[in-house]
Amino acid sequence: MQSYLYFPGCTLRTVAKDFDASAKASARALGFELREMQGWLCCGAVFTNSAENLITQAGPNRILGRAQAEGDTLVTLCAGCYNVLKRTNQQAERNQIKQDQINAFNEDRYTGGVNVVHFLEVLRDRVGFDKVKQAVKMPLQGTPVGAYYGCLLLRPFREMKLDDPHRPSILEKLLVSLGATVIDYPSRTECCGSYLGVGSPEKIEAVSRGIVESARSSGAKILAVSCPLCKYNLEVCQGKSSKASAESEFLPVVYFTQLLGLALGLPPEQLELNSQQLQAIRGYVVTAVESVGRQ
Amino acid sequence: MKRVGVFVCHCGLNIAGMVNIKEVVEEAGKHPDVAYAADHRYLCSEPGQTLIKDAIRQHNLDAVVVAACSPAMHEVTFKNLIQTAGLNRHQCEIANIREQCSWVHDDSATATSKANVVVHQSVEKVKLDEPLDPITVPVTRKVLVIGGGIAGIRAALDVANSGYQVYLVEKTGSIGGRMAQLSETFPTLDCSICILGPLMVEVYRHPNIKLLRLSQVEEVKGFVGNFKVRVRQEPEYVDVSKCNSCGECTKVCPAEVPNEFDSGLTWRKAIYIPFAQAVPPAYVLDDRSCLGLLPRACGECKKACDKLGMSCINLDAIVKVHELEVGAIISATGFELYDATKLSEYGYGMYPNVMTSLEFERMLSASGPTSGMIRRPSDGRVPREVVFIQCAGQREPETALPYCSKICCMYTARHAMMLHHKIPDGQAYVFYMDIRAGGKGYEEFVKRCQEEGGLLYLRGRVAKVYEEGEKLIVKGVDTLSGKTVEIRADLVVLAVGMVPSQGSRALANVLKTSLDANGFFAEAHPKLRPLESPTSGIFLAGAGQAPKDIPETVAQASGAASKALNLVSNPTLQREPTVAKVNDQFCSGCGICVPACPYDAISLNTNTMTAEVSEAVCEGCGTCVASCPSGALSLKNMTDSQVLAMITSAVSPR
Repeated sequence: MQSYLYFPGCTLRTVAKDFDASAKASARALGFELREMQGWLCCGAVFTNSAENLITQAGPNRILGRAQAEGDTLVTLCAGCYNVLKRTNQQAERNQIKQDQINAFNEDRYTGGVNVVHFLEVLRDRVGFDKVKQAVKMPLQGTPVGAYYGCLLLRPFREMKLDDPHRPSILEKLLVSLGATVIDYPSRTECCGSYLGVGSPEKIEAVSRGIVESARSSGAKILAVSCPLCKYNLEVCQGKSSKASAESEFLPVVYFTQLLGLALGLPPEQLELNSQQLQAIRGYVVTAVESVGRQ
Repeated sequence: MKRVGVFVCHCGLNIAGMVNIKEVVEEAGKHPDVAYAADHRYLCSEPGQTLIKDAIRQHNLDAVVVAACSPAMHEVTFKNLIQTAGLNRHQCEIANIREQCSWVHDDSATATSKANVVVHQSVEKVKLDEPLDPITVPVTRKVLVIGGGIAGIRAALDVANSGYQVYLVEKTGSIGGRMAQLSETFPTLDCSICILGPLMVEVYRHPNIKLLRLSQVEEVKGFVGNFKVRVRQEPEYVDVSKCNSCGECTKVCPAEVPNEFDSGLTWRKAIYIPFAQAVPPAYVLDDRSCLGLLPRACGECKKACDKLGMSCINLDAIVKVHELEVGAIISATGFELYDATKLSEYGYGMYPNVMTSLEFERMLSASGPTSGMIRRPSDGRVPREVVFIQCAGQREPETALPYCSKICCMYTARHAMMLHHKIPDGQAYVFYMDIRAGGKGYEEFVKRCQEEGGLLYLRGRVAKVYEEGEKLIVKGVDTLSGKTVEIRADLVVLAVGMVPSQGSRALANVLKTSLDANGFFAEAHPKLRPLESPTSGIFLAGAGQAPKDIPETVAQASGAASKALNLVSNPTLQREPTVAKVNDQFCSGCGICVPACPYDAISLNTNTMTAEVSEAVCEGCGTCVASCPSGALSLKNMTDSQVLAMITSAVSPR
């Protein structure tokens, strides 16, 4: 079985186990394996833009150095890790003087060369969305999904180069190949507020709420994301609204890999989808249960 | 033995600051053939030139080496000078000790020693320079103007009014270009077609101008003063001399396509008149949108025309090829708009109410799709809140155009004010980076628009435009207040940048001239020769050379016309005699040099079976000399023996 070297990251081992599990299971269903790299550690969570960012880059460089021992391509899932590792790698290849300073902190020298890709890129460029479509067993018929990109998958565009930063389509193309109806809404590339949620939750309330409302008013019944922090903010902001309407108006947020797994015919438990999320895609679940029953 | 004089220039401190002039003069004086060596602060100045002239007489010099700046700067100056002193002008060599010596070195001792080498080499070369006489060639006293926009029109009229024949080649069915599409012009708000129309008619009626519509230049051969040009004219299905623009043919034509003149906002038939004031005043049959000529699928237009007894339409018309001979060429190919669909943040092409400035311009025009009324393309309603986005896709080196198109600040102010005139209760918002209103009356015009039109200028960029219901939400930043702004707009107008016309690259290849990094025609010198291309005899006018407004375009066009007139107003032209020469004794007639020549200057004489150089065509590049296997070819005053003497001088110890 074809395998890709894989960097899970801290969040996928704690609060976002569902992201990790659904991606690994989907990969297997598509005929390849996400092989976890040896000795990974925290990427640092943000690519520091301050002039003195030397020490914050020691970590991601160490990850890339270790990954290089095992392969030349490293697959990531969390948009944050993807952003940090991809940009760290580019800096390693661009700025030799700085790289020498960083390497002084690490046991392994790293000077660039690891191709950091997102799982979406594996699906698009290596598997191909048409192949994904062929592998779909239970199309997500009729579920209006709003793809949410946030910032880190796409920006800074010059470095990330994943898709058009203003009108991206990679998530939508994947979802369409899974049989979903995708909803276009203006806020899909807006920032969720990121770590501001820790210190000033009211700001998250403002920005994330706007994103959820924008998606909901455009007709989305569920949001598909690629970042645990975005997911957290988009959920938390809804929890804080008036309790009465919350239940009926709550817009569930899932990882795109969970939808992928469902479409590929994997059981919802394996994808760690909760009842509320499944309810949001009820039409699908009924079909799924029925087809499981028939088998 | 020649008596050589060496003159070393200080060029202020440009050379003297790095090279020890005194030492260079002393070293030069030690050369056995140098009869006199001297220096001067500025040899190109009048006293400097007098020094050389006097020295030639007093010291009875036969040849001169000037150690100074690049020959590109002053070779002609000093050659002219020694000619006035009675020497042959080819007894002068320039030793470049500035660009290739003092400017590029940071150690005085090595720079000085290099200057010595360069001077001694030049002495060795000038010793072997033959006296040469210039080659005189006749000049074809006609001018070709490529492009029938305001630049081409102005240039053609200026040349024609001076009494010389002009060929004006226009790609489309009518001259007029972009200016014909405009509604008003800044800063005076003249009706654009009203001031352009008379010039177009003047071109059409001018006895000295031959207008070729639907035509493109396919091939240019020859050289300055004697170009041979092949122009391909697409089939003229409608006879210009017969057509009286009655329009019966258009009425019956069943094929409809977007109208380019209205930026695609309206439709036109396959047989159509480009616009009311078109010149030539005749209909055009667009064979790409016609239902079919071969095999004949329709032919309704011809039937309608024949019924009137006019028979202007010949559906069997074929491509015409015109072979023209001209002395000078003016390239005035103009501009297009940057493709706004590439600017995905603004949603052009997705949202019908996001339009380009040229589309808005057409709406303002009385002859435009809405007869001058401002309407939303989506529903035809009158917009109230209109956002103008300046610098759309401009001054963004990483993602779009790196440059400023120069005219957008001005026309956007005009557009916004016209909006106020036409929709008094409307509100215009203008997002800008900074206002560039450099020009006579320009700053005053922008101020007037801002005040009279009640325009809201917001200094900042727009991040995103998206549709919400019937409105467009424009999210941007006002950097002066430091706040983000959100405007619920009815219409968004993008001031997209100017890019060179599509055919520019192909034409540059045909003209054997070059384009700059942004695809505009390159000028010979950005400051001192802005009207000339690097290829002699080819001049530039208008926005094909760089973005510019109408006054500047007209000024450049008149300038280019005057340059072309300089050339064709003389019956003959003198060319540099430093051309290739064939030694018949050595030439075996192998013919390798013939395809090696980039200028088609060499041919094989089939009687003598030797190569022949056309001296009038040869540019003296030396490619043939290097290609010749038997050493039969040489370049005058750059012979093998001269090169060897220079190398020997450079490597021998002094």
